Amino acid sequence: MNTSLSWIKAYVPDLEVTPRKYTDAMTLSGTKVEGYEEHDKDLEKIVVAQIEKIEKHPDADKLVVCQVNVGDEIIQIVTGAPNVKEGDKIPVVLVGGRVAGGHEPGAKVAGGIKIKKGKLRGVESFGMMCSIEELGSTKEMFPDAPEDGVYILPEDAPVGESAIQYLGLDDVVFEFEVTSNRVDCYSIIGLARESAATFNKEFHLPEIKETGNGEDVNESIKIQVENKELCPRFCARVAKDIKIGPSPKWLRERLVSVGIRPINNLVDITNYIMEEYGQPMHAYDLSTIEGGKIIVKTAKNGEKFVTLDGQERELDETMLMICDAEKPIGIAGIMGGENTMITEEVKTVLFEAACFNGTNIRKSSKKIGLRTDASGKFEKGLDPASAVDAVNRACQLVEELGAGVALSGIVDVYSGESKQITVPFDGKKINEMLGTDIAEEDMIDILDKIDLVYNPDTKEIMVPSFRQDIERLADLAEEVARFYGYDKIPTTLPKGESTIGKISFKLRVEEVAKDVAEACGFSQGMCYSFESPKVFDKLLIPEDSTLRNGIKISNPLGEDYSIMRTTPLNGMLTSLATNYNRRNKDVRLYELGNIYIPRDLDKNELPDERMQFTLGMYGVGDFFSMKGVAETFMEKVGLKERETYSPDSNIPYLHPGRQANILYQNQVVGYLGEVHPEVADSYGIGEKTYVMVIDMPFIEEKASFEKKYEGIPRFPAITRDISMVMKKEIMVGEVEKIIESNGGKYLESYKLFDLYEGEQVEKGYKSVAYSIVFRGKEKTLEDKEIAKAMEKILQSLEALGISLRK
Amino acid sequence: MKEKLKKLQEEAIQLIEESVTPETLNDVRIKYLGKKGELTAVLKGMKDVAKEERPKVGQLVNESREIIEHALDYAKTEMEKARRAEQMKKEVIDVTLPSKKNMIGHRHPNTIALEEVERIFVGMGYEVVEGPEVEYDLYNFEKLNIPADHPAKDEQDTFFINPEIVLRTQTSPVQARVMEQGKLPIRMIAPGRVFRSDEVDATHSPSFHQIEGLVVDKKVSFADLKGTLEVFAKELFGEETKTKFRPHHFQFTEPSAEVDVSCFKCGGEGCRFCKGTGWIEILGCGMVHPRVLEMCNIDPNEYSGFAFGVGLERIALLKYEIDDMRLLYENDIRFLKQF
Repeated sequence: MNTSLSWIKAYVPDLEVTPRKYTDAMTLSGTKVEGYEEHDKDLEKIVVAQIEKIEKHPDADKLVVCQVNVGDEIIQIVTGAPNVKEGDKIPVVLVGGRVAGGHEPGAKVAGGIKIKKGKLRGVESFGMMCSIEELGSTKEMFPDAPEDGVYILPEDAPVGESAIQYLGLDDVVFEFEVTSNRVDCYSIIGLARESAATFNKEFHLPEIKETGNGEDVNESIKIQVENKELCPRFCARVAKDIKIGPSPKWLRERLVSVGIRPINNLVDITNYIMEEYGQPMHAYDLSTIEGGKIIVKTAKNGEKFVTLDGQERELDETMLMICDAEKPIGIAGIMGGENTMITEEVKTVLFEAACFNGTNIRKSSKKIGLRTDASGKFEKGLDPASAVDAVNRACQLVEELGAGVALSGIVDVYSGESKQITVPFDGKKINEMLGTDIAEEDMIDILDKIDLVYNPDTKEIMVPSFRQDIERLADLAEEVARFYGYDKIPTTLPKGESTIGKISFKLRVEEVAKDVAEACGFSQGMCYSFESPKVFDKLLIPEDSTLRNGIKISNPLGEDYSIMRTTPLNGMLTSLATNYNRRNKDVRLYELGNIYIPRDLDKNELPDERMQFTLGMYGVGDFFSMKGVAETFMEKVGLKERETYSPDSNIPYLHPGRQANILYQNQVVGYLGEVHPEVADSYGIGEKTYVMVIDMPFIEEKASFEKKYEGIPRFPAITRDISMVMKKEIMVGEVEKIIESNGGKYLESYKLFDLYEGEQVEKGYKSVAYSIVFRGKEKTLEDKEIAKAMEKILQSLEALGISLRK
Repeated sequence: MKEKLKKLQEEAIQLIEESVTPETLNDVRIKYLGKKGELTAVLKGMKDVAKEERPKVGQLVNESREIIEHALDYAKTEMEKARRAEQMKKEVIDVTLPSKKNMIGHRHPNTIALEEVERIFVGMGYEVVEGPEVEYDLYNFEKLNIPADHPAKDEQDTFFINPEIVLRTQTSPVQARVMEQGKLPIRMIAPGRVFRSDEVDATHSPSFHQIEGLVVDKKVSFADLKGTLEVFAKELFGEETKTKFRPHHFQFTEPSAEVDVSCFKCGGEGCRFCKGTGWIEILGCGMVHPRVLEMCNIDPNEYSGFAFGVGLERIALLKYEIDDMRLLYENDIRFLKQF
C-alpha cells in the first residue's frame, strides 16, 4: 500500500514531520513503512515563470531567445522547445538549480542534473524551461503534457512561486507493509487514523454531504442478490447528466501522488474512493443495463464472459457474477464487462459499491488468473459499512466536480446486521499480559484515539465495524501496547516454576553420530527432503521396489522436487558428484536427515520419518575405512554386543561383491558398500565411491550411555596364534564367529594378523592367521585352563573344512 | 704398601682420564678391580702383612677401590652424555616442514548455529523437542488459529500431500503438539526443517530450518518475552547487542512483534550489511493467542505464554556472513571446511 504524505495530511492537517521520523514512528506503532520516495529530492530552484517575449536566435533556426518573468526579475533563456509562445506560463529551473533528468521519458539521473549558466550558439541563457520528465514525472501522470516540449502550466499558476509545489511534486510517497489483519489500513483513511494516533494529532474523516435531486433512485434500478453468502451487501446509486471531462487539479494530484494515472472525472472518482476508503467501486453505463435490474448470482459452469480488457474468461459455478435482466455484466469484485463499459457518450451512471466474500473472490481470481486492484482489496474481507460511504462519497464528488447530478436515495441490499461489537475492558488484566503498570485512564485514552471507545456504564470497549480484527482482551492489549510503545515495556525473565533444560535421547545419539563422523574425517552436508522420481532409475532400483512408493507432493515446484525421499542416497551421491565436478580431492561427507516411509496415506496416516545417518566418500580410504566408522559409532553409542556384517544385502545401487548389511542382534540396522560403477557413472563420479547408511531409530532403541568401570587387567594374558588354510569363499567372519562362540569365559580378544592369497597357497585357497588372547580377571591363567577352549575352537574350524597349519 | 696403593690409584685414574670409549674404561676396571686385578692382588698379598697391620691395609685398599670406581662411573656418565649430545646433533629436524594432520570433518554452519541457540535456551531451562516434518494441516494451521480459507494460509506457499496433510511451513505446529499433552509449565524450543514453495535463489530455498520457542506458565507477560529474547540476542550476537521490538501480526500470537537486533557489523551506525538502517530483523514473536491456548485445552484465564520463531539459515548467514543461501545445500567441501 502506497500513500503520499499530502493525502494523509488531508485528514491529519496538523501532521508536520520529516519522512525519516514518520517512517520510524509508524513502524514502531505497528504500521511498518518499508520505504519512501521524495518526489522532489532531485528538484531545486524550479519556479513558475511567464514568457514575456520570444525572438529568433540570430544563429540557429531551431532555437529561440525568450525573456522570461521569474517573479522578481526578467531573465533570458534560450530554448529549442517547439511549443512555447508569448504569455505561456512554464516551469523554469534557475541557474544553480537541479532537475530530475533529461527530457526523454525514463531518463532520470541519480542525484539529478545541475543547471549552469550557458551559451547556446553564442547567446547567453540563464536557466532552462522544463518538460514534465525533467520535473521527474511522466506524460502518463500529466496527460496534458505535450508529446515534445516544455510543460505549459495552467493560467492560474502564480509566477515566481515554486512550480514543484504548484504541481504537487513536492510530495513524499510512503510504502507501507500492511499486515493481513488490518484490512482497514488498505485505505488512506485507515493509514491517516493510525498516523493521527501515532503522532497524537486530530483526525478528520472526510465529510460526506447529502446529495440527490429528488428523483428516487429506486425508479431507475432494482437490485436482487441471489447469493447472500457471497455478497453480504450491495449498494448502488445513480447519477445522470454526466459530463465526462478531466478531473480538477487537486484530484489529479492525489492520484498522481500514489501512482495512479488520471483518466477522466468518472474513472478518477472511483479510483479515488478505492484509495480513500479502501472500497473498490464500479461504474456502469445505466443505458446498457437491461431491464433496469441488477441480479447478483453465481455463473454457470463453462460460461464465457468478456471482461473490460477485452479478454474472454471462462467461468464456473463458484464464481459470483453481476448480471442485468438478460446477461452478465461483470465478474463480482474482479472486473466489469466490456458490454457495460463507460464510454465518452455515457449519460447516466450506476455506481456499485459492494461487500463480497473475500475467500470466494480470492479463489475466483486465482482460477480465472486475473488479479486486479479491486480483487486484491475484496479478498481481504471488507467492512460492509464502507460500501454505503463509498457510493455516497462518489455522488458527492460527482456533484462537487460538476460531472453530473445524483439521484436521491440509495439501493442498499444488506443481509447482515449492523451489530455493535463490544469487548469487556479489564485494565488490570492488560497490565498482567504486558508486564506493565499503565494507568487505566491512559489505556482508555490510547484506545479512544483509534475509535475504540470506552463505555463507562458497561465497562466495555465499543469496536467500530472497520476493526473486524478486534475480538477479545488480548487484541485490546496489543492496541494499548503499540501506542504506549513496545520499547517502554520493561524487560523481565519468566519467574514461575523452574524447569530443567535438556535435549532428548534421540538428539544425544545424533550428537554421537556427528562427533564420530567428524572424527573420522567426514563433514556434514544437508540435502533436500524431496527429489525427482527419476532418482529411482538412476539408483537402479527395481520397478517393483517399495522404495518407489514415496509420498508425492500434490503441488511440487516441479517434477525434480515432487517425491519425499525414501532413501538418502541420491542426496549424498549428488553432493559427492558436485565435489567431484569441482575437482575436490578426498571428499568425505555425512548427513543426518529424514527419509519418509509412507504408512496408510488413505487413512491419513503421517509417514514414518526415519532419521538416517548417511556417509559417503571417495578418494583416500576403502570399504574397510567405512566399516571402521560403523564400528566406532556402534561402540560410542554403547551397543552392548558387536554388530556383524553380512554380504547378502542385495542392494541394487551397490557393487554386488562389495556390500554388506550391518546387523545387530540379527536385525538389519544399515548397510555399506562400494557404489555400483554404473550408478557412479550416472552421477558422474569417476572414482571408487563408498557409502554407508545407518537407521537411527534402531540405534536409538539400543543405545545406552550408562558406563561402568570394569577394572584394568591385573593378570598377564595368554596369547595363542593359529594359522589356517581355507577356501577363498569362506569369510573370516565365520572364523570369528567360531572363536567367539567357543572361546569360553577367559576369551578376551582376537585379531586377524595375516591374510595371504598367492603362490604359496593352493589355488582357490587362502591363508589366514589369528591371534587369540585369553585372560583371567582374578588370577594368572595356566595353559591347561585354556586348552579346552582352544581345542573346541580348532575342532569347530576343522568341521568347517579349515585346515590348520602347524 | 701405602705408596704402592697410591701409585696404583694414580695410574688407574690417569688411564680413566685418558679413556675415550666405554671399552677402554672396562679394560681399566678389569685391570685394577677385576678378580685378577692389581688391587685384588694387593688384598691377596695380605698374608705377607703383619697381622695387626691387616685391617689398616684392608681399609686403604677399599678406599682406593672406591675412588677408582667412582672415577669410572663418572667417566662413563660423561661419555654417555657426550654420545647422546652427538646423537641428537644428528637428529635435528626442520620444524617448519608440513604437519601430519588427522583428517577431521567439519560441522555444517546451520548445525553450529543451531547448537549455539540450543545451548543458550537449554541453559535457561528449555527442553529441546521435535515434531514431524510431514504434518497435519490441523497442527500446521488450524490449531494455530489459521482456519481453512484464511488468507494467511495462502501467504505461506504450502506444499500439500493431500488436503489434510502438508509439509509443515513452520515449526510452530510443535507448539500445539506439546501444549496438547497438557504438561505445564512448558519451556521448550523446537528446531527443525520446514518447507515453503519458493524457487531456489540466493535468499530462498524450498526447504529451510526454523527454531520455535514456547513458554507457557502462570503470569507470563510480554515483558518476559522481551527479557528472554534480549538475553538470547546478547548471547548469540554479543553483549553490546540491542534489540528493537516492532508491532506485527501473526495469527497465533497477540500481541505480536518482530524483533530487530542492532547490526553487529557496524554496531548500529548503518552499513551495507544492514542496508543503512543499523538494524537487522531476526525473528517474529508474541504472546500465545488465547484461542490457541483454548484449542489445546489450556485455560487462558489461568495460563499465558509467549512464542517465537527464528530462521536458522538467517542466523547462520548473518553470523558467518554467507552471501548465498544455496551454498548451504550444495555441500561443497571447500565451503564446509570453513566451519
